[in-house]
Amino acid sequence: MTDNRFFDEMLTGAGDARVPYSEYAKWFSGEDPKVLLKKSNEAETFFRRIGITFNVYGQKEAQERLIPFDIVPRIIAAREWRLLEKGIEQRVRALNAFLADIYHRQEIIKSGRLPEHIISRNDAFLPQMVGMTPPGGVYTHIVGTDLVRTGENEFYVLEDNARTPSGVSYMLENRETMLQMFPELFTKMKVRPVSGYPAELRRSLSECAPPNFDRAKPRVAVLTPGIHNSAYFEHSFLADQMGAELVEAGDLRVVDGKVQMRTTMGYKPIDVIYRRVDDDFLDPLSFNPDSMLGVPGIMDVYRAGNITIANAPGTGIADDKALYSYMPDIVEFYTGEKAILKNVPTWRCSEPDSLQYVLDNLNELVVKEVHGSGGYGMLVGPAASKKELAEFGAKLRAKPDNYVAQPTLALSTVPIMTKKGLAPRHVDLRPYVLVAPGRVHITPGGLTRVALKEGSLVVNSSQGGGTKDTWVLGD
Amino acid sequence: MLGRTAGGLFWMFRYLERSENTARLLETGFRMALTVQDNAESEWESIVTTAGAREEFLEKYEDFDQASVTNFLLRDRDNPSSVMSCIEAARSNGRMVRTALSTEVWEAVNEAWMILKEELKRPVSVKNLAEILTTIRQHSSLVRGALHGTMLRNDIFDFCRLGTFIERADNTARILDVKYYVLLPSAAHVGSRMDNIQWETILRSVSAFRSYRWLHEGEVSPNTIADFLILDRRMPRSLAFCYSKIVGNLNYLNGPDAPELPCLRMATQTHARLSGRNIDRVIDDGLHEFLKVAISETGRLGSQIQEDFRFYG
Repeated sequence: MTDNRFFDEMLTGAGDARVPYSEYAKWFSGEDPKVLLKKSNEAETFFRRIGITFNVYGQKEAQERLIPFDIVPRIIAAREWRLLEKGIEQRVRALNAFLADIYHRQEIIKSGRLPEHIISRNDAFLPQMVGMTPPGGVYTHIVGTDLVRTGENEFYVLEDNARTPSGVSYMLENRETMLQMFPELFTKMKVRPVSGYPAELRRSLSECAPPNFDRAKPRVAVLTPGIHNSAYFEHSFLADQMGAELVEAGDLRVVDGKVQMRTTMGYKPIDVIYRRVDDDFLDPLSFNPDSMLGVPGIMDVYRAGNITIANAPGTGIADDKALYSYMPDIVEFYTGEKAILKNVPTWRCSEPDSLQYVLDNLNELVVKEVHGSGGYGMLVGPAASKKELAEFGAKLRAKPDNYVAQPTLALSTVPIMTKKGLAPRHVDLRPYVLVAPGRVHITPGGLTRVALKEGSLVVNSSQGGGTKDTWVLGD
Repeated sequence: MLGRTAGGLFWMFRYLERSENTARLLETGFRMALTVQDNAESEWESIVTTAGAREEFLEKYEDFDQASVTNFLLRDRDNPSSVMSCIEAARSNGRMVRTALSTEVWEAVNEAWMILKEELKRPVSVKNLAEILTTIRQHSSLVRGALHGTMLRNDIFDFCRLGTFIERADNTARILDVKYYVLLPSAAHVGSRMDNIQWETILRSVSAFRSYRWLHEGEVSPNTIADFLILDRRMPRSLAFCYSKIVGNLNYLNGPDAPELPCLRMATQTHARLSGRNIDRVIDDGLHEFLKVAISETGRLGSQIQEDFRFYG
């Protein structure tokens, strides 16, 4: 049942379980598949009851949908995790150093390692941030590095997600669900806990607070666009778990040089905002004068050093797809070391030679919009029809600057539970990284997204992907 | 607490209370229709009027027949007071203030919404009406039980309770106002079968039939009914009871040292008036006028609470 073109994380070509899965495979063989399938359906009821749903834009009928959950865990050995941890930490440190540099002296451009136009013609670069240092010197407080695996020791970074990575609530709730459904597995295997994430998040956000707060500890708030946002569940979940306030822009106002929230007893100052809104919706005075959203004047407070905004405005420049292909250089430039994690080879369609190559090999490549996300507007060459290829080719020729292309990676598979038993499906991995002054914390685990359709390589929840619990084993 | 959160809690519980009242009204109407043969239509009409949805109803229907009224009050989303609209609004507010609610309260309201959404997908027939009304009642009890059993007794709890009692006071006053003519001496053909049924209706629509009988040992008179529903502080849906709770919650929210909030002053005044009253005087002075004042005062109190606690800015 394994397809030899792809690395399966559970079973070897001969059908034996790989070491990290050996204990699980032994347990699985003793279970009744019918009972497991039933448990799988129970999980769905559980998710609905607590309301872990996401909203799908443009689909009125199914406004609140569940991300399907698969009960087979994705298991990562201690040794594998150590490698990932080192690689992620290196990369995240480099991202922060890059952001500090790019909004100050721009040494990397002066050194010739990064062409100037990548920054100057990029909407993700915020001129408002030039010369400004965020409290604690941290730009990306929360990062969700998207990784894929293609072999025993081959991991690639697909995206850095340095703006407002989502999905961490699934990491936590998936684990809760597994603990409830299969407690015996956790007694057999040493699975490292992920439940410390909210406390760690609160701690690292607090450490980045401006120094002048007037209470025993800084007041932290999660800023959400509101109940209609697709990730609203996560926003309220995190606020709840951190013991932070959940605020909307309408609750906030600048009073006496501080960002304050309207309480039943008047306005109270906030020190740290974990914002789950885009830069554009932060401050209508600074970014989007037509917007009714946002908190007028919040950027002035920010520049005066009186509020921490996580992640800092303008961090989007670090995970921009136009910049991605320069990441190995960026890591080396700021850390003085070779990048531990690989970058996927990337053709920049803005360069004529690359464009020609991409057009000639379209049926083998994945083409992405430079500013796109969520799996929208991308082409998966091997899965596309002739007609789709031709249409996409025309789009490429019309606006080459708008696209980058990458080879179709042979993403690893992990089995999912189906009516016919275990069946391999492609996965990716998003670990969650927290950055505090002088400290990087990576939760041992993450969100494993799985393409539920046989053969599909697109794992995005908006495109029919599901999730799995991710187990990092202890030594 | 955020003003918006306080507003969300307040409205979540107003809507829950309203959905329960709408269901109870419908139950009463259903019972009446079974008992009264000749003018069932006008009974259904007065049910819709009591629910405060007459205009919306007439935009869609011509006759006040059982099927139209049932579906209008239970599942019509054009009717903002229908059970489905209320449950949806309650859940939506609950989602907004989720961080202020215990898991149990949130799950209870979310489950109520999920189940009723299913049950009320299709038109409700006489055959399954009783079952659906029971489901509605049970789910609202579950939410209330979760609230009492699992929530901290702090300002969050007070805003939930305020929403409940403002809505309940308003509802009791409305029910009485629509039916007040039955209680007037001029219309009292004491002991006639018709009157007994009408009085019973009033008592049933506030879930007070049994407790009334128990307290008054079967003696039914218009004045004792009015006294029971307006002034009796043992009766959990009477105006006096609701206002004593409102004053208690507002006192807590105001705090002992802070200057008295305008909403607390208003509530205290109304409460004082309800405490010192004799029902015979109320009826002599005009029951309808009295209830009209009570309804508008409750409305104004709701707005003042909203302003004093900065629900919207």
